[in-house]
Amino acid sequence: MTVIATESLSKRFPRVTALDRLSLDIGPGVTGLVGANGAGKSTMIKILLGLSPATEGRAEVLGLDVSTSGAQIREQVGYMPEHDCLPPDVSATEFVVHMARMSGLPPTAARERTADTLRHVGLYEERYRPIGGYSTGMKQRVKLAQALVHDPKLVLLDEPTNGLDPVGRDEMLGLIRRVWTDFGISVLVTSHLLGELERTCDHVVVIDGGQLLRSSSTSDFTRTTTTLAVEVTDSDTHPDGTGALRAALTEAGVVLHPGVEDGLPGAGHILLLEAAGEETYDLVRDIVAGLGLGLVRMEQRRHHIAEVFRPETPPRHEEVQAR
Amino acid sequence: MSTQLPRPSQAAPDTTQIHNIGYRSYDGPRLGRAYARRSLFSQSLRGAYGLGRSAKSKVLPMLLFAVMCVPALIIVAVAVVAKQSKLSIEYTEYAIYLQVVISIYLASQAPQSVSRDLRFRSVSLYFSRPIERSDYVLAKFGAMASALFVLTASPLLILWIGSLLAKLDFAEQTKMFGQGLVSVTLLSLLFGGIGLVMAALTPRRGFGVAAVIAVLTVSYGAVSTLMGIAYVTENQDAIQWLGLFSPMTLIDGLQTAFLGAPSAFPDGGGPGAGVGVVYVLVVLALIAGSYGILMRRYRKVGL
Repeated sequence: MTVIATESLSKRFPRVTALDRLSLDIGPGVTGLVGANGAGKSTMIKILLGLSPATEGRAEVLGLDVSTSGAQIREQVGYMPEHDCLPPDVSATEFVVHMARMSGLPPTAARERTADTLRHVGLYEERYRPIGGYSTGMKQRVKLAQALVHDPKLVLLDEPTNGLDPVGRDEMLGLIRRVWTDFGISVLVTSHLLGELERTCDHVVVIDGGQLLRSSSTSDFTRTTTTLAVEVTDSDTHPDGTGALRAALTEAGVVLHPGVEDGLPGAGHILLLEAAGEETYDLVRDIVAGLGLGLVRMEQRRHHIAEVFRPETPPRHEEVQAR
Repeated sequence: MSTQLPRPSQAAPDTTQIHNIGYRSYDGPRLGRAYARRSLFSQSLRGAYGLGRSAKSKVLPMLLFAVMCVPALIIVAVAVVAKQSKLSIEYTEYAIYLQVVISIYLASQAPQSVSRDLRFRSVSLYFSRPIERSDYVLAKFGAMASALFVLTASPLLILWIGSLLAKLDFAEQTKMFGQGLVSVTLLSLLFGGIGLVMAALTPRRGFGVAAVIAVLTVSYGAVSTLMGIAYVTENQDAIQWLGLFSPMTLIDGLQTAFLGAPSAFPDGGGPGAGVGVVYVLVVLALIAGSYGILMRRYRKVGL
């Protein structure tokens, strides 16, 4: 089953090409849409909601063509915008009830669904107070609730963790995960924070400059590599334990990688090396023991989604990594 | 250890369980666009009187509603007690006398209705739902005009009921009441449209209030002054054309020409039937134009 399908979808504005022949096939589950600001994420969402016609190509959401069935799509899809969209002078309950009715739910159902949904996103007594007094985290929950209140088959979440502190971010990511695992609603979530998507998404789509950079499952992105990370303590005989180990390993013919974390504080204590096989582990153990150093850790490295951006690093990508 | 675990007692079932009912999906009806449009209409109409909003926001509209109705109650009371042979005000004159109240009401509620959605960017939530742009504009326009109709027609209803209590001629009073209703209907549509256009052009509420007041009172003041000058210089012909340039004199001229109303123009004559047709056309064009401008305004908003 396909939730979202696009076929050489393009959107051109007079001066910019927002989407450039993008072909995607997204199944059920949580899918991350990653890209720098201006990569075409928001344009994509507008097209998927049937609010902005594509310049060329076609797109389907839940099997419905966006150019002809916009209203039907919007009835079955929830949308959480990136920007603030809540009036401060009404309570969360009143607002979400109104939004449920705008999605076509009869009055009684709208009230019941609102109470349920606000409880699921974690708003309790405060839901009767005006939204103006809410924290950013609570507002984000209300925004999520209004996108879920009509029990859509798919929700489009535009930068849902924007402006949240680390705890709020974790809670929101957990909530997004639950939208799929517990509620059975597919999710398309955009972000420019790559690390978030590793934890939340089943599938990640990376776009850049309106073009598809990569689309694959998260486990593919983060699969185990043959790189081994080793950290050792220093000792009296070897004040620079890492340096001594580096020298000894090079002598033994082990291939050392320039560290990914090079340049970061503390990065100098981790050595990355190529594991040729089981024997490399034994070799490292023996050399460390021979030098009389303490082995703090030895672990297999995983890929990071961020590496997708690494190969040819044009200037705009650095911005992404910096976040 | 092969001992069996003790089985939970069947005799006393625990009746005070907390159920985590989990997520329930919704399989009920989805009533679609027309229903959503009606919901938005009723929410906006109620909102125009502060219903479903904070207690503070009920004060002004309710107060203005009371101010609109009190003079009608007094007129009725006087007519009943003094056994007058006619009410001391015409149905069609009423809104013109109290136009300041209507203007303040419109200036306070039109921005509330549309600027809020623009300023807090809730419009994107509306347009990500089944309704289209035209549904949104129709619902808001209809709600504003209906709110104004409630404001302007209620005192007329009081006058009419009062005239019956004072045992005035039923047929004549009902005819005049009907003419008054036609007049305030047009007034509601015209003022509602102008108010919403002014308010929708700015997401800032304060500017919206100022713009509505300015358009209604400044234009009326300017037109009245010019009419006065034309009257003093005995330029009778100019008076009836000048009336086309402010919303209130438009309604005034229209009802003088077709609804048997006394004119508030300085010469007391108002436009004849010929020029009156122009008044009708201008009023209709302004109502349609307001709708058109609102549709254009929301084309860009989207998400």
